[in-house]
Amino acid sequence: MKLIVIALISGILFGVGLTLSQMTNPNKVINFLDLAGNWDPSLIFVMLGALSVTLVSFSKILKHQRPLFDNEFYLSSKTAIDKPLLIGAAIFGIGWGISGYCPGPSVAGLGLGHIEAVVMVFSIYMGFIVHRFVSKG
Amino acid sequence: MENFTPVSAFSGGLLIGLAATLLLLCNGRIAGISGIMGGLINATRAELFWRIAFLAGIVLGAFLFNQLRPDFNQPRENFPIWLLACGGFLVGFGTRMGNGCTSGHAVCGIARFSVRSMAATITFMVSGFLTVYLIRHVLQWVAT
Repeated sequence: MKLIVIALISGILFGVGLTLSQMTNPNKVINFLDLAGNWDPSLIFVMLGALSVTLVSFSKILKHQRPLFDNEFYLSSKTAIDKPLLIGAAIFGIGWGISGYCPGPSVAGLGLGHIEAVVMVFSIYMGFIVHRFVSKG
Repeated sequence: MENFTPVSAFSGGLLIGLAATLLLLCNGRIAGISGIMGGLINATRAELFWRIAFLAGIVLGAFLFNQLRPDFNQPRENFPIWLLACGGFLVGFGTRMGNGCTSGHAVCGIARFSVRSMAATITFMVSGFLTVYLIRHVLQWVAT
C-alpha cells in the first residue's frame, strides 16, 4: 500500500512539473528542437532543474543498502553502448521531433483533456507491442 | 526567443527531480515514464498497481495544476493526426528498443552518471534536432 501511495504522490509531482514547465505544449518542445528557427531553450532549463535535484539526491540515496519501503533498488545493470540503444534512441528522437511529445507529456496531456494525448498514448502502446513482436522473432 | 520561459521551466524541472527522488528513495524505482508505461503490458499484480498509481498521478497532477493555472495549457490545433500517430509509434518503438526516454535516460540515468544514458540522450537530442530541421525547413510540412 505504501508503495502505491508514494507512486501516486510522485506521479502528481511529475504531472505538475510537466505542466508548469509547459512540456505538455508540443509547440514548445518542437521550438526547442528547432535550432534553425525561433529557438526556445526552455527544455534545457527543465532538464537542469530536474538534474539539480537528482544529481545530488541519487548518489546519496544509492549509498544505502535498500530503499525505505522495498527490499532492493531496481536499477538497470546494462552499461554497454550497443546498437539497440543507439538505434532505439535515434528512432525515439525522430518520433519526438515529429510529434513534439515524449512519453511523460503524452500521459500528462490526458489530464489536460488533449485529444492529441489520447492519440499519442495509443500509438506509443502500438509501438511497444510491435517492438515486443519484432524483438521476439 | 520570445517564448523562452526559464523560471517556470526550471521550477517544473525541480518538481520532476523531486518526483524522481521520492520514487527512488521510497520505492527503489527509476521514474522512467516509457519503462513504467511499457511495464503495464506484462506486469505481475504487484508490479501493476504502483505503475497505474504513478501514471494516474501524472494525469491527476496535470489536471489539478490546470485548474489553478489554465494559462499554462496551450493545446495545439490542426496538427495532422496521421503524422502524430506516426510520431507516437516511433516514440513507443524507439523507447522500448533503447530502454528509455527523456525521463529515464536524461533525468535519472545521467544522475547515476550512466555513460549509456548520456549516449542515449545525445542520440535522441541530435535525432530530434535533425527531424525538426527536415520537417520544418526542408519538407516544410508544418508551418513554423
